[in-house]
Amino acid sequence: MKVSMKVNGIERGGDVEPRVLLVDFLRTNLRQTGTHIGCDTTSCGACTVLLDGEPVKSCTLLAVQVQGRSVTTVEGLAQGATLSPMQAGFHEEHGLQCGFCTPGMMLVGTALLDRNPNPTEDEIRWAISGNICRCTGYMNIVKAIQYAAKAKASVPAAVGAVAGGE
Amino acid sequence: MFPAAFDYRSTASLDEALALLAEHGDAAKVMAGGQSLIPLLKLRFAQPGLLVDIGRLKGMSGVGRHDGWMTIGALTRHVDLERGHDLPRQLSLLPEAAHWIADPLVRNQGTIGGSVCHADPSGDWGSVVLALDADLVARSAKGERVIHAADFFQGPFTTALRPDEVLTEIRVASSSKPSAGAYNKLERKVGDFATVAVAVQIELDGNKVSKAGIGLTAVGPTNVKATAAEKALVGREPTDAVIAEVARLAAAAAEPKDDVRGSAEFKKDVVRVYVQRGLKTALARAKEARA
Repeated sequence: MKVSMKVNGIERGGDVEPRVLLVDFLRTNLRQTGTHIGCDTTSCGACTVLLDGEPVKSCTLLAVQVQGRSVTTVEGLAQGATLSPMQAGFHEEHGLQCGFCTPGMMLVGTALLDRNPNPTEDEIRWAISGNICRCTGYMNIVKAIQYAAKAKASVPAAVGAVAGGE
Repeated sequence: MFPAAFDYRSTASLDEALALLAEHGDAAKVMAGGQSLIPLLKLRFAQPGLLVDIGRLKGMSGVGRHDGWMTIGALTRHVDLERGHDLPRQLSLLPEAAHWIADPLVRNQGTIGGSVCHADPSGDWGSVVLALDADLVARSAKGERVIHAADFFQGPFTTALRPDEVLTEIRVASSSKPSAGAYNKLERKVGDFATVAVAVQIELDGNKVSKAGIGLTAVGPTNVKATAAEKALVGREPTDAVIAEVARLAAAAAEPKDDVRGSAEFKKDVVRVYVQRGLKTALARAKEARA
């Protein structure tokens, strides 16, 4: 079955069986392996992508369900060599340890700040409550999202400077 | 994990979906958001020949009013109800229950209608529609019929819907009297199924309760309507003693099983406590509505 969708702003297509899950379409057909498969049972959030801007679990969506819609994966966050504010936050605040949950965490964080630019700590914790960090590094994940919120509130040029300032 | 092979049709109209169901009957399965169905397909607990995707149908989501009813479209997503700050106070049970469903990502994709039709005895919306004494509107190619929530849940994952029917709308009769609800849920962690959850809804007429609904989650083969407890509350002034008695009756209606989430005895007692707690909250909210 033919399927086409926008992935990180680029029109992508493929010919898949209806039973192919979105995460497998992204990873196998499109070779975009930033979206991870963790539990494969709708529990962990490692496979999080943004569907029309809202976080969903790509292991619990069929690729054909996404026909004509717009998907953002972790590969879509950076602008060229410039990290997004969320990525910069995870870098600066040591928001990752093994890195497996990180794509999902950064995407739910990004979607949260799009809706709510200045979230409380409780709101951040609630937003990431569907994503599991097996390293249990939640403290720094929360800090990373707070960092991104502050960075976004300042001028965009400063964000680039921070991200590039290794 | 991937599901067994199936044919797939994304439908552009409800009529198209109903025609497919009329043709394929039991071999077809309706999918809305897929958040319960896709996990079942992956585990191969369900292996339909045809998946009829109604997830993109227009005009079947959102909360509205007509002819004395408040209506909730079957395709309304959990997240839209969770954010339903503009809902009438009578439906305050909806955002409170929605907040407890699965996790934020599932709530972005799953729908109230899909969840009700999935009829998991541990599902949250089943208890809510029982407590609200809602009517469920089912459409088939032959026409429309209304199923009372109390008649809808027939067994685990089994409803009164026929294979050729689609749930289109959930209706609650508008009340001019002070009316409110509450949802309490015990879960081990976010995203886990309920250990126990309780939905309550009351309507006040003066100092007395004129309507009462109590729905129980995860303590029986279906969501349970605690009918005897409801009857014990209607027509009475909801004093602490009355509420305690109603809570005991509701606990008696629960048929939980021992499992990893707790013993049957423990769960029955959680029902008692949550009915009591929920009724007190709902009562305060209804009085606020009157003020």
